[in-house]
Amino acid sequence: MNTAAHHQIGIEVGGLPVLVHTQDQKFCDQLAKYYAGFVSHSGVARFHFEVEQLAQAPDPGAEISVEVRDGIWSVRRADFTAECNPSAGSAKIRQSAGTHSFDSVLRIIHTLALADEGGFLLHAASALRNGRAFIFSGVSGAGKTTLARMAPSDATILTDEVSYVRRLDGRFEACGTPFAGELARAGANTSAPVDTLLFLQQGPENRIEEMNKQEALQRLLRNILFFAADPGLVSKLFETANKFLESIPVRRLTFRPEPDVWSLIQ
Amino acid sequence: MSETYIARSQAIASRLLGNEMMVMSVIDSTFFSLNEAATLIWESADGCTELMDIVEQKICPTFQVDPETALHDALQFVRQLSQHDILKVSSRPLNEAASVKIPA
Repeated sequence: MNTAAHHQIGIEVGGLPVLVHTQDQKFCDQLAKYYAGFVSHSGVARFHFEVEQLAQAPDPGAEISVEVRDGIWSVRRADFTAECNPSAGSAKIRQSAGTHSFDSVLRIIHTLALADEGGFLLHAASALRNGRAFIFSGVSGAGKTTLARMAPSDATILTDEVSYVRRLDGRFEACGTPFAGELARAGANTSAPVDTLLFLQQGPENRIEEMNKQEALQRLLRNILFFAADPGLVSKLFETANKFLESIPVRRLTFRPEPDVWSLIQ
Repeated sequence: MSETYIARSQAIASRLLGNEMMVMSVIDSTFFSLNEAATLIWESADGCTELMDIVEQKICPTFQVDPETALHDALQFVRQLSQHDILKVSSRPLNEAASVKIPA
């Protein structure tokens, strides 16, 4: 009989509730602090994560392996392994102690779940203003965090690093995430229909320009976070990206790092 | 020079945007944006039409280019896409032949 204490905590990002099961109360406390705005007390779970922490695990390496075989998602990096059965809603995770490895697993599981359901995670900041979500995508250094830092008080930052796009009732919504970048601050746990996708570049003046769909698709696909070489999911992601561009205006936002750029975003 | 037949791979996702075909390998997510001439070759890649015929009958009259130049460019394009298994290439119609590599 297993007499070890059992602790659990709910984490809900993008309307996808995960219940984390662990024998380590301290780990639960760390998760509660790290995901403060995204802790769920509903007890409802799309996924149950059984987390085992390894006393001596290697440092995280850059190489991530994600395989989909017989409906099972296998995710590996030097500091963790995760086997997830999406049909059963269960995952077994063996990882280095702490939140860093867990956060990586959580992000990757979300990329897989979203790909299956017509959404994606995007390397982008996003903000809610006047009830609509604006997504700002770009490579590192394009100005995602800079733009988030300069946001006026009536704008709600959903994330400065990883935007969460899901399809709900036939429309695309952006959701807040705890996946922070240089801002080192979780986004607000809220969501709104996507108004515009803006690809960022810094320049001497503020301006918004049209982008052709070919360039937009290429840049969108380049910035979607996805790690699995699975033909079925990659096909779905390609279709999702095309549907997204058919329904959402895409522009190029050139801006100088001054708060007045937000006058163009509303 | 031996005949060259080309066929689109099944392991791709594609979409025509304007006059340009967007093609992505579902194996390694490699993405290609094909210009109008490349799109024409892509759409003609049925596995049973010889590449030279595609060039002479479709590319040359559409883009007013001489057959030698057009074939050179077409082979370069085919080589690039075949390296990512996006196009299959063969010296015989593709329903009856093993695929071959185009020399670099």
